[in-house]
Amino acid sequence: MTDFSLEPIRTSDWNAAAARHLLRRAGFGGPPEQVQALAAMKPASAVELLLDYERTPTVEIPDSTFDKDIRRPPTAEEREVSQRARRMKDEALQQQLQQMRNERDREDREQLREIQQWWLQRMIETGRPMQERMTLFWHGHFATGYRGVENSYHMFLQNQMLRQHATGNFADLVMRILRDPAMLKYLDNDESRKGRPNENLARELMELFVLGEGNGYTEDDIKEGARALTGYTFDDDTFAFETNRHDDGPKTIFGSTGNWNGDDFARIILSRKEPSLYICAKLYRALVNDAPGIPGRNEMRVVDALAKKMREGQYDLKPVLRTLLLSRHFYDPANRASMIKSPVQLVVGATRELGVPVRNMSTVNAATDLMGQSLFMPPSVKGWDGGQLWINTSTLFVRQNLLVYLITGAGPEGGADLGSWDPAPIRAALDSATAGDASRDADALLDLVLACDATPERRKQFRSAMEALGGPLEGRRLVRALCLVTALPEYQLC
Amino acid sequence: MEHTPFSRRIFLQQGVTLASLTSTLPWFIQQSAMAMLSPDPRLSSRPGEPEDRILVVVQLSGGNDGLNTVVPYGSDAYHRARPSLAIGTPTTKDGALQLDDTQGIGLHPRLEGFRDLLDSGCLAVVQGVGYPNPNRSHFASMDIWHTGKPGGRDHGWIGRYIDCSCSGSPAADAEVAIGRSAPLAMMGAKANPVSFENARLYQWSGKELPGGLTASYDAANRAGALDGIDPGSQAAFLMRTALDAQLSSDRVRAAIAKSPLVNYPGTKLAGQMQSIGAMIRDGMKTRVYYASINGFDTHGGQAGTHGNLMREVGEAMRAFQNDMKAQGNQDRVMTMVFSEFGRRVAQNASGGTDHGTAAPMFLIGTQVQAGVHGTHPSLTNLDDGDLRFTTDFRSVYATLMDRWLSAPGKGCAAKVLGGRYDTLKILRT
Repeated sequence: MTDFSLEPIRTSDWNAAAARHLLRRAGFGGPPEQVQALAAMKPASAVELLLDYERTPTVEIPDSTFDKDIRRPPTAEEREVSQRARRMKDEALQQQLQQMRNERDREDREQLREIQQWWLQRMIETGRPMQERMTLFWHGHFATGYRGVENSYHMFLQNQMLRQHATGNFADLVMRILRDPAMLKYLDNDESRKGRPNENLARELMELFVLGEGNGYTEDDIKEGARALTGYTFDDDTFAFETNRHDDGPKTIFGSTGNWNGDDFARIILSRKEPSLYICAKLYRALVNDAPGIPGRNEMRVVDALAKKMREGQYDLKPVLRTLLLSRHFYDPANRASMIKSPVQLVVGATRELGVPVRNMSTVNAATDLMGQSLFMPPSVKGWDGGQLWINTSTLFVRQNLLVYLITGAGPEGGADLGSWDPAPIRAALDSATAGDASRDADALLDLVLACDATPERRKQFRSAMEALGGPLEGRRLVRALCLVTALPEYQLC
Repeated sequence: MEHTPFSRRIFLQQGVTLASLTSTLPWFIQQSAMAMLSPDPRLSSRPGEPEDRILVVVQLSGGNDGLNTVVPYGSDAYHRARPSLAIGTPTTKDGALQLDDTQGIGLHPRLEGFRDLLDSGCLAVVQGVGYPNPNRSHFASMDIWHTGKPGGRDHGWIGRYIDCSCSGSPAADAEVAIGRSAPLAMMGAKANPVSFENARLYQWSGKELPGGLTASYDAANRAGALDGIDPGSQAAFLMRTALDAQLSSDRVRAAIAKSPLVNYPGTKLAGQMQSIGAMIRDGMKTRVYYASINGFDTHGGQAGTHGNLMREVGEAMRAFQNDMKAQGNQDRVMTMVFSEFGRRVAQNASGGTDHGTAAPMFLIGTQVQAGVHGTHPSLTNLDDGDLRFTTDFRSVYATLMDRWLSAPGKGCAAKVLGGRYDTLKILRT
């Protein structure tokens, strides 16, 4: 029977497997020595280490990491030139200006690729995996796509904002996303004004960001909410409230009437019970189990309890996350290996857990796109559906082949070099698991790499596969063995 | 357990069913139940029945210059706007190929492939296709064409069509795309295309490593759901999908390895069309195939580049149609050619053209109403230098969904497009 209790895991149940589970879910996994270190702690301290990451030193990210002027608004002088070109019908000049615009577009797209790679790199290297894990969660939740923004620096600023508040307070995040230039642009609120409100942001705030679809709001609530949000726009890189665009007449949202602005609108919907349930259910799918139909009726008991905690804490996230990550329910066998790795988890996890080289970050970044998760380019404002929808016959091959690439360097044009990476740390981990008994290597490798407990049939199969390699599991044979174990269907579980 | 040979046999009869969506029963058991009801489903599908029909979509990426594809050679405004790029009347050297004398329109001189298709009654030209409030960003406009929705934010129109037209789970190979990544157009809520750029890569790359890992890999990936695995679990889903992937890879690669019945040119697009032709010949159950060709963003020095592209497209389509005829599949396959937008009427100072709006679409096959359809957009009544569209692209989609892929009246088009669009009289069926 599944344990639905949110009571802390018993110290007697805390071991390396539990620590690895925590490290994979609250981060992207880590090397065997990290797992051992966590396993040696008390469970509460292990959770604390991951969750209270402010104490872990980090590499600061200056705002100047990327070119902030890549999309700056035109200066008065530039505007004057382009107006003159139009007025005088100076085609050569218009042409020249168009070419400059095309060039800036190209540079901005290039910078976005740099930002994608920078974030992947950061996820791989960070000492605060949970901060990045939750930043990724909020990126999927407040999904904003570069194509609707076309400003790479604004995407970076949003990413920084989500990182800074990744485990802070949900209500605070909502208020900040309403002031976020990328989001305001993506959902067209920069064009929303009194008399002509654009409903896009108001609708998604209800449907996707705070309440959840069909959770008690009406079309009228959306219309009135859109009026409240008029005038919420941005100037260059910062939020701007344009009073002359704002509709300051009375609005009625959820039956309460007043001269509401966008913040009031958010406060009204956040004062309801639905947001805590909606967000906790989403966190549950992101951290505990993403099988179809989850959370079902039984799991909803857990979600309910978490939501209550969230309401008690005025939307503070840490108490909810702490309770969940420490709970008996979280470590129940039903919730081990119960998720499908997202493409980013797959890439980052492989490098962190196995220590394989990244090879070429631009290739790896392109692969995340092929697998369906291009950072800063979610398919829609709904974000990534995730779970089983990550997997189809095409993406499964890409996943398996990406691992072959990381392990051996073999790309589409070949280039495999089995000696290009030394798997000595994996060998050392096998030694410590088997106490030097080579006959247990195959099983130890399955246990080390897979999130699930391999079935007897799989173990038998894998043992004969390892025997077919024709010698002890080390060096190039171990490299080949890793290509096989990461090509097992179960490797996609986490 | 010996699942593999059995599964493979069923697969060869029926194509793969998306095991991933039927989590209660292992897919081979479901399939065997179906197989008992209908020993070989291919025998029951008669040529001409809608479920037997295939759509091939060819995407011209970058914004094809519609005005130099279907050329309004009879218009003075056209020649004025394009002093060095305009194509002359059919009687002049390197002039247009005659399409419609009375309207004064012709085809690009390098589109001889299309002219031959027209002569054999297999080419329909739909003029002035576009949509309201045109977006001139490649990405945004392509998303609008792929989704069929004004904001361009939804699943793809083909994916949604497959979702709508299949009761239950769509076949795993209902849609096949040749390209680096799966086109948005084919992504549905349930439907998901098989996609590969090169069939050689549509398999595990570890097979090419020294040391012979193939047998071990196959043992693990062709076993289906193992004993002791809960059939409803994520692990079972992955194991079934792994088997689907192996079978689909076998089938696609075997089909493509066969030599075609006709000669294809050596171009990239022709190579894609040859692969699609091979899969059709092999009897795959795929309803929609997707091919694409880049390079249409001709901002500078357009004349030579665009001419080469026109030849590549025309020749590839002609070879494909010949292949369909040689196979005897010509009456059940239709090809649609589109681009995300046309280009501005006036040429620019670099001998090229910038992003524009409406442009022609092409339908190719024996079942089209051959000739020119719709009205050529006015070259004098412009919208800030751009053509005003005369046919909404969603009317073309609606026609293909409701009059080609489905029996009339099935009504998926309205659901997919979120509204009713007039179907066009461009098909013979």
